[in-house]
Amino acid sequence: MSDASKPAKKDADGEVRRIKAPVKLDYTVTAGLALSRFLKGVTAGKLLGQRCGVCSKVYVPPRGGCPTCGVGMGEQVEVKDTGTLTTFCIVNVPFEGQTMKLPYVYGLIALDGADNALHHLILAPPEEVRMGMRLRAEWVPPESRPASMEAIRWFVPTGEPDAPWDSYKEHL
Amino acid sequence: MSPREIAIVSYASLLAVPGEPQRDEVELLLPVVTEAVARSGIPKRELGFTVSGSCDYLGGRPFSFVMALDAIGAWPPIAESHVEMDGAFALYEAWVRLQCGDVDSALVYAFGRSTQGDLGRVLAQQLDPYTLSPLWPDDTALAALQARALLDRGRVSERDFAAVAARTRGGDADELVQRPYTVAPLRAHDRGTVADGAAAVVLAAGDLARKVCKRPAWIRGIDHRIEQHQLGQRDLTRSVSTALAGERAGVGKGPVDVAELYAPYTHQELILREALGLGEGVEVNPSGGALAAHPLMVAGLSRFGEAAERIIDGSANRAVAHATSGPCLQQNLVAVLEAAP
Amino acid sequence: MAATDALTAPYVLEYTYRRSVGPVLGRFLTGLRAGRIEGSRSAAGKVQVPPSEHDPDTGAPTTEFVEVGLAGVVTTWSWATAPRPGQPLAQPFAWALIKLDGADSALLHAVDAGAPEKMKTGMRVKVRWQAERTGAITDIACFEPEAP
Repeated sequence: MSDASKPAKKDADGEVRRIKAPVKLDYTVTAGLALSRFLKGVTAGKLLGQRCGVCSKVYVPPRGGCPTCGVGMGEQVEVKDTGTLTTFCIVNVPFEGQTMKLPYVYGLIALDGADNALHHLILAPPEEVRMGMRLRAEWVPPESRPASMEAIRWFVPTGEPDAPWDSYKEHL
Repeated sequence: MSPREIAIVSYASLLAVPGEPQRDEVELLLPVVTEAVARSGIPKRELGFTVSGSCDYLGGRPFSFVMALDAIGAWPPIAESHVEMDGAFALYEAWVRLQCGDVDSALVYAFGRSTQGDLGRVLAQQLDPYTLSPLWPDDTALAALQARALLDRGRVSERDFAAVAARTRGGDADELVQRPYTVAPLRAHDRGTVADGAAAVVLAAGDLARKVCKRPAWIRGIDHRIEQHQLGQRDLTRSVSTALAGERAGVGKGPVDVAELYAPYTHQELILREALGLGEGVEVNPSGGALAAHPLMVAGLSRFGEAAERIIDGSANRAVAHATSGPCLQQNLVAVLEAAP
Repeated sequence: MAATDALTAPYVLEYTYRRSVGPVLGRFLTGLRAGRIEGSRSAAGKVQVPPSEHDPDTGAPTTEFVEVGLAGVVTTWSWATAPRPGQPLAQPFAWALIKLDGADSALLHAVDAGAPEKMKTGMRVKVRWQAERTGAITDIACFEPEAP
């Protein structure tokens, strides 16, 4: 019943120095309207964004508001599942919940038609990965696609020539 | 040195009772902030300072105030701050910031989703983590200790609690007082309706306030006081901090037309009225107060906004706004708002 | 905005914090483990239980401790009809502020009274210890009425 039921930390004199003070709280969270549309889209193999009516930028996933203009997002836009790697890192540190074998690549991908970059895993030998590399999404089969970013397993190189710097320098 | 003249020039809010399960924080905030800024007549880019109040434990989302900035459009970079408290305390920070004299306006906003978790357990996290939180007392349990102490003092009854509920949220006091207890001596109607919401206020100084608003709600006095945290070290039947903050804000210097008091429980309204010396002639919580809708982190800023609206729309000349935080009215912020410059 | 039903999901926030308790609360918790309750004494002679780390009047660090009684008086109480997870008792119980004999402030804890009719402001209650104590406020399982 009690949350402090485990033995308390003692020093040499037996004085209590520390207590365990665990916090556990249960919530039901909402993804919000914009993100819910996106998440329903990925289960159907679509990447849906929204265009800001003021600055015309397309955000994927869409957000509750345009982060630079502070206005609601406008028209819904479907973007491609191909894009350009804008920046990346090579993960060498193990942590809980990891699905990739170390070392692996994690990167930011500017999808074709989007004005922001999306985070995802990159399936490619780390030594071959470079900024500007062209990538495409590898989707989980439709019947087992969750309403989350895990609907895409990872991004893989398309083999196209690298995108020029000027095409993605705004998306870093 | 007398403080700089600062006024509330606009207010907007969205109170979702019993909750808003659809929209996320930004989707809740955006229309509210947009409306408050539009009503202020001050272009958003010209606002000198932005400050917000919220609590991550409510939505279970660490650093949620970082995401919430999407509702503001923080580009080019804005001067911004945040308090992990009700938005009313953010308003206090904005007032202090405007005293520096180099900026003339501020946007204050708050958001809170009290319905995503179990508020009773969430609020146990605001307590002393060594001797109180491990017992997981919920907010109603603690408020009920205060209510009992007030009843034991002998001047009020459970029917008086029910009368506060009937006035602010409807119903018949004689019928309400027959209902079963939730945590005796409190009943369901004695606790504010858990809700989600957002609120925003724009403050402006001196000539700017006069320029953008016909009847700015001038903050004539504002003061914040806090008492001991441990309930057993306080006289729960009185709010000494409210009385002191009220005195320093100048509540007693003139007649009060309307008071918006942040009382999450019916009996706390009685304690606050006494602490502020508000007589029978004062209209208290015409908005319904936190009893009608209680989005945590928003309810205090709403009291300031609702009181200011009464000055701005000309239906009051002198108003009191109050916000509280902590268990059993631990800390209290009081302001006097006036139409006269 | 198009009518969309937002997706929702259960979410658990969990922190496995450990907290340093410092010398004053450390002494209090060490006392509980040994079946003893200690408070702090202020310069004005007031005894606070749980102990205050600083004198409530002067702000001076607490240096003087006083052992208080294992029984005391209920100064106010409420009745939890439906106890929540983590609270001291699983069956309906009273929350109470209890001024222990020799203390000037009251401590929050639970009273296992069986029924609200058995509770009264001013009644005497005594400590019921946990069988196994670890140095935590929950070493006090609850209080119980002194006279059954």
